[in-house]
Amino acid sequence: MVTLKINEHEAKVAEGTTVLAAAKTLGINIPTLCNHPDLCVAGNCRVCVVEQKGARTLVASCATPVSEGMEIQTNSLKVRNARKHIVELLLSEHRADCTKCYKNQNCELQTLANEYSFGEHIFLDLTEDHNYAIDRSSPAFIKDDSKCIRCQRCVRTCAQLQHVSAIAVSHKGSEMKISSFHDRPMSHVVCTNCGQCVNRCPTGALTEKTYIDQVWDAIYDTDKHVVVQTAPAVRVALGEDLGYDPGERVTGKLVTALRQLGFNSVLDTDFTADLTIIEEGTELLTRLKKVLVEGDKTLALPMFTSCSPGWIKFIEHKYPHMLPNLSTCKSPQQMFGALAKTYYADKRKLDPANVVSVSIMPCTAKKYEADRPEMRSSGYKDIDYVLTTRELAVMIKQAGIDFRTLEESHYDSVMGVSTGAGVIFGATGGVMEAALRTAYEIVTGRPVPFKNLNIMPVRGMEGVREATIKIEGTREEWNFLEGAELKVAIAHGLVNANKIAKAVSQGKAQYHFIEIMACPGGCLGGGGQPIPTSAEIRQKRMEAIYAEDMHMDLRKSHDNPEVTAIYQEFLEEPNSHKAHELLHTHYTERESY
Amino acid sequence: MYQTGNLVKDLAEKHGRRRESLMPILQDIVKKHNYLTDDVMVAVATELDISAAEVYGTASFYTFLDTEERGKNVIRVCKTITCSMKGKNDIIATIEDMLKIRVGETTPDKMFTLLETNCIGWCHKAPAILINDMPYTDLTPETVIDVIKGYMR
Amino acid sequence: MKNKGLTKVDLIFETVDVRKVMKKAFEMTSDEIIQQVLESGLKGRGGAGFPTGLKWKYTAAEKDPDKYIVCNADEGEPGTFKDREILDKVAPKVYAGMAIAGKAMGARKGFIYLRGEYRFLLPQLFVELHKFHKMIAEIGYDFNIEYRMGSGAYICGEESALFESIEGRRGEPRNKPPYPTTSGLFSKPTSINNVETLVTAMMIIEKGPLEYVKLGTKDSRGSKVFSISGDTPVPGIFELELGMTVQQFVNEFGDGDTKAVQVGGASGFCVPRKKFADTIIGFEGVPTGGSMKLFNSSRSMYNVLHNYIDFFAEESCGQCTPCRVGCQQLLKGIEKVKKGEAKSTYLNELVKLADTMKVASKCGLGQSVGNAFKSIVENFREEVIY
Repeated sequence: MVTLKINEHEAKVAEGTTVLAAAKTLGINIPTLCNHPDLCVAGNCRVCVVEQKGARTLVASCATPVSEGMEIQTNSLKVRNARKHIVELLLSEHRADCTKCYKNQNCELQTLANEYSFGEHIFLDLTEDHNYAIDRSSPAFIKDDSKCIRCQRCVRTCAQLQHVSAIAVSHKGSEMKISSFHDRPMSHVVCTNCGQCVNRCPTGALTEKTYIDQVWDAIYDTDKHVVVQTAPAVRVALGEDLGYDPGERVTGKLVTALRQLGFNSVLDTDFTADLTIIEEGTELLTRLKKVLVEGDKTLALPMFTSCSPGWIKFIEHKYPHMLPNLSTCKSPQQMFGALAKTYYADKRKLDPANVVSVSIMPCTAKKYEADRPEMRSSGYKDIDYVLTTRELAVMIKQAGIDFRTLEESHYDSVMGVSTGAGVIFGATGGVMEAALRTAYEIVTGRPVPFKNLNIMPVRGMEGVREATIKIEGTREEWNFLEGAELKVAIAHGLVNANKIAKAVSQGKAQYHFIEIMACPGGCLGGGGQPIPTSAEIRQKRMEAIYAEDMHMDLRKSHDNPEVTAIYQEFLEEPNSHKAHELLHTHYTERESY
Repeated sequence: MYQTGNLVKDLAEKHGRRRESLMPILQDIVKKHNYLTDDVMVAVATELDISAAEVYGTASFYTFLDTEERGKNVIRVCKTITCSMKGKNDIIATIEDMLKIRVGETTPDKMFTLLETNCIGWCHKAPAILINDMPYTDLTPETVIDVIKGYMR
Repeated sequence: MKNKGLTKVDLIFETVDVRKVMKKAFEMTSDEIIQQVLESGLKGRGGAGFPTGLKWKYTAAEKDPDKYIVCNADEGEPGTFKDREILDKVAPKVYAGMAIAGKAMGARKGFIYLRGEYRFLLPQLFVELHKFHKMIAEIGYDFNIEYRMGSGAYICGEESALFESIEGRRGEPRNKPPYPTTSGLFSKPTSINNVETLVTAMMIIEKGPLEYVKLGTKDSRGSKVFSISGDTPVPGIFELELGMTVQQFVNEFGDGDTKAVQVGGASGFCVPRKKFADTIIGFEGVPTGGSMKLFNSSRSMYNVLHNYIDFFAEESCGQCTPCRVGCQQLLKGIEKVKKGEAKSTYLNELVKLADTMKVASKCGLGQSVGNAFKSIVENFREEVIY
């Protein structure tokens, strides 16, 4: 332990603790910008400078480890003057048109400006001297360099969490900025649209591309029938943007709010999550049989999940030779979209041309996914608009809805019934768990041998996890699997996905089935989720997801009566020709930069 | 534009494929071709298993690792204080006049690019320029013409 | 005020039998070498002036079997060109300094980071390096030197930025601590020394520290190679004993009309005529890595200042706020004041900004922009405004 003094108070902290963290233990808040709990220390914004007795200069508290006998002042005149200057400098190169900014009221620079820079600005406006670019090329997000304060959180996110580095720091001095490869449009580089940078940008330099107005227009258009689906992870995070603590489940209120906003039908992505399990589980078992028993060389193992559009784009760019390993199943969002304008329209006797399909997603990559040219199997654009959890919160506020006082209500039908297996799609390991709950039962006729169906080995926040499920007592048609050990792996965050993909690519990993989610924690940590994010917040959301699962009457996808019905009425059987037409897709090799 | 061919592979064999190989590889490419094309940067990224944006970001940090097309001979005129005091502007004007290009431009025949640069360490013999790697010092508008003629072949 | 007067010295460029010095050092223990360098009082010749013996001692004390000695030959400070001359004329002495440092610290590997502007020197330097390697191998040294090139980035002269550059990244300075002696190049204990420092250390081993301490003052031991340029009839490289006043320097090198001397380059201090007599060149007065620029009364100090700040605005790595934005503000600010578009009192705000840059910037570059800015604005305020 190290003893030091901060503002005359004594702190005892472990060796290696930063001055910033030590101050926090005393309840002393030091402002930061470039610092983020998920990322390595940068020490470049300098907002957190403090005075260290005996030091020639101020020191960055985020980057300075404590030392025995250290004496720190966090609020001396020297510190305040420097901090005010630094905030003013950042403001001078920042286009501060706050009232027009999507991040207004949710901007860390604005918060600091409130504290340190009111009245006349000291310094000259530099924004006019820079030819700042605004990149709107991606359907998922906007990169506005005029709002960028060069804290490099996005760059560190893209490198450390996602192993993509679609953006990097370029040039130097006054020209230094955040660039894609040779400043190409973000739509034409290796970017996966995961939005993790958006989640960590302290200002409005990186924001999701919003479709709120288009959705309002559709709602107000009386000729349109607007259906909305909500992803599992939205219900455990939306509350954070509406005044709740992280980890609150707001499912019932969410449904009511959507109805009040004017959506004609409030449906659940969890329904197609269940459907995904049937399709993907069947695909997996078929692949195993064809490859292991029949020696089919055209099919690849291990099979990767395909629900995460960030992961899909990652593998398309980085491991195109492994595209055959991807499940051909569309994501639940896109299965829903394809069915909304076919099955659902039929059932409700609607002209699919008049159905507008909206999804509420924890994700920015879903916006890109919805725009993919192959996502038109209904004959129309299967999903018209994707809104993030954050955008939905904005709509709820715009509509003047007092969210806390809302009654809880249930999803509409059809395509609104779901099981706990669908809900856990929102957490890393959830798709795997849901798939095992069903696949094991298909093969053996018995439930998975885990207490309360909770397959604990596949859960958790470890970046890469592995599990082996021994299959015993198989049914007749699956007896080739008797005694087999099904080897599965799970990764979340593309840096971890890359580890597994690399191992598989090099033939160093022997798995049958691998679940990959592009974002840390899975969808609950998605790029469209409320800001801020941290390991603690994601942990809370995960606990909420599993609580939601436990709370459901049905816990296994194959028990979903609407799923049974859709096969009987429409799709015939899993992996049928019709299912392939509507629910499966293909992938595209993409450039490496 | 030049063709990437086996250049990057050969340089990776020579300098290795670790991150610290990046600078020597880029420097050797620039030594040979005077600038980095997008293709060559992508090839380097692939060889070193790093992102192309990282390669671009690193290259663009260094003044001499140009990522825009440059001529066969790159003239860099020192603009720091002593050279500036001792007639840098006359040197630039002379070169601009002679090659019919402005600072930042390349001649249509791609023979020359004219740039300014920060202190090149010849203040006692100002004004000074670099043409590719070679310094020329104590220049006058008259002598600089002869120097450049030497590169015209 | 006492001073030593202006005395020319011949130490750095003096012809010595390098092989003999290497043999002598080979017979010495690590402690003996470090002790001699400590006793000499030698401070780093790149400009920052950290005691060389201490740097070696700290690095020697590290347990890691892999250590590096890095020679900083990224001489980019405007007005400095002595390291080029040293490498051009006496490269074997530089190599010798590195090998001796390696012996002292238990490092078997050395890197010379040479600025890209000096690439033309490489062929000759390689020839001499080859001979040197052969020679020390015969004596019994296990030491090897490699060159790494810069590519036009002033900031790479900052030690941790230099490491980043060798490691294949943008030359962005690191947070300190850790310091290079514990975690430097490739995160290994590293002693990074300027070209001239290494030659001086080698000459201290050759002559003994007692001989060396006769030169200079208590705070500034020894002699130093000066790069002299600007309005002088005798621009060039001169080795002088430390401890002279600016006046004595101007008497020798001025053109009779010197109004200011910029000591230490763009990151150094501007000394106006009225302070020539009272200012000692050295750590007790104005420290310098060797850059001495003389300006006569025909020069506009606004132009000098503008040139320097423009230089920093371009050469800042750009990562930290005070330096990246501060340089742009200083530059735009003096332009506005000059054009009459900002009040002259705005200069006071800029001086305060320069103070913030000094205390809040991440590295020495941002921290020293204020030196030139303040010393020129304070001493030549009228020239900057009108």
